[in-house]
Formats: sequence, structure tokens, C-alpha cells
Amino acid sequence: MDQALFYAAAALAVVGALVVIGQKNPIYSAFALIVTLCSLSVIFGLLGSPFIAALQVIVYAGAIMVLFLFVLMLLNVKREEDVPGHGGRAMAGVAVVLVALLAGQAGYVLWNTTLAPAPAFDASTRRMSEILFSPHFLYVFEATSILILAALVGAVALAKKDA
Amino acid sequence: MGEPAFVHQAVLLSLVLFAIGALGVFLRRNVITVLMCIELMLNGANLAFVAFSRAAGTLDGQVLVFFVMVVAAAEASVGLAIVIALHRHKDTLDVDAFNVMKG
Repeated sequence: MDQALFYAAAALAVVGALVVIGQKNPIYSAFALIVTLCSLSVIFGLLGSPFIAALQVIVYAGAIMVLFLFVLMLLNVKREEDVPGHGGRAMAGVAVVLVALLAGQAGYVLWNTTLAPAPAFDASTRRMSEILFSPHFLYVFEATSILILAALVGAVALAKKDA
Repeated sequence: MGEPAFVHQAVLLSLVLFAIGALGVFLRRNVITVLMCIELMLNGANLAFVAFSRAAGTLDGQVLVFFVMVVAAAEASVGLAIVIALHRHKDTLDVDAFNVMKG
């Protein structure tokens, strides 16, 4: 059952990712990305991480993708023009070769390592919060709030009419 | 918990997602699609973090995923604000149009 669910979610995630980069219309890309993010949330849940699974839906599929769709609709984005850019097909070929090389190397290493799940694993929200607010990560956590504030101010300053 | 864990398959899936995202960054011409492909790559990295955390039995990887999500949210908001400013100046979203700083 879990096996079938994992492979279904993985297939959905890959198909969604392929639609993201295969679509000319960015709105469809955004919706396909939401499909990918939600299937990833299922996989996080299957890996025993309910907290991350919930965050994935709330923060990624919720907040971040709404931001993307908001900007797409605000700018009234049309389909991408089909003219090949400078470099054009040659650059695209180089990119495909480089990414294939990277994926091949990493895939070779990963394929030949055996990764077994640890016997005891507790990633409940309670354990997560205990670690997140332990002295080990507390200052990092507080620093992220400053980062978010800086991003907020920066976004307003950049997108203002008379910037 | 006696559930079968899919650690190995999850890491391979994260590699696939990262590769697709990287390909998209190189191949797409729309700035917003490029940003979405970056989100895809970040999610591939997140999946690898969660899978390795499951394999190691510690929660440090999960905390890192949390911080990656925070940084991704900040990156998306600032990035999209820059996209809005660029659109206002050039009236296009084609990455090849933004080459003023080309050496």
C-alpha cells in the first residue's frame, strides 16, 4: 500500500516537474509545480516527517505558489515567445549535456550506495520543536525572522511604483 | 514504526527533480518560469535532506529543510519584486532582454 502510494506520488512529482519546464504558458507551469509540491508532501509523509509534509503544503504550495500566481496574473504574462535567444540551440544542447553529466555522476554514486532507514525515527512535531528551539538552533531560528523582515522590506522597496 | 521506508528511491527522485529543475533554468526564457525551476531544485534538495535524515535517524536534516523553506520564501518574495521592477522598465519577461550589465 505504502509502496504503491510512494511510486504514484513520485511519478506524479516527476510528471509535474516535466510539465513545469515543458509548458510555454507560465500559468500552467505554476499549476504543475503545485502538483509536484503536493506529491512531494505525500512523500515527506511516507518518509515519516509529518511536520515537513504539512509545511510543504502550507508554505510552498500555499504561500509561495500563491505569490507566483499573483505576480503572473498581475503582469498578465502571455505565452513565451518562440524566437531562439542568443546562443539558441547550441547553448541548449550544452546545457542538456552538462545536466545529463551531473545527473549521471550523482546517479552512479547514489545507485551504488545502499541507504537503509534508521531503525528508530521520531520526527513528530513535538520532537521537531524541541530541536528547533534547543540552544543549538535557537539563534539560527531567530536570525530567520530578521531575514524574513529584510525580505519583506526589500520586496516592498523593489516593487514600489517610484523605486 | 514498521513502515517500509523508501530512502533510496527518495534520494534518486530528488536527483531527478534537481536535474529537471536545472534543465529548466537553462532552457526556459521566461524569468518567472526560471524562478519556478529554482524552486523545483530547492525541493529536490529538501527531499534529499529528508531522506538522509530518515537514513541517519536524526532530525538535523529536517531542521535544515525548515530553514531552506524560510530562505526560499524570502528568495521568492524578493525575486518576484525584482521581476515586477524589471517588467516595469523593459515591458518583457524574456531573460535575454535583461543584458544591460553584460561585459
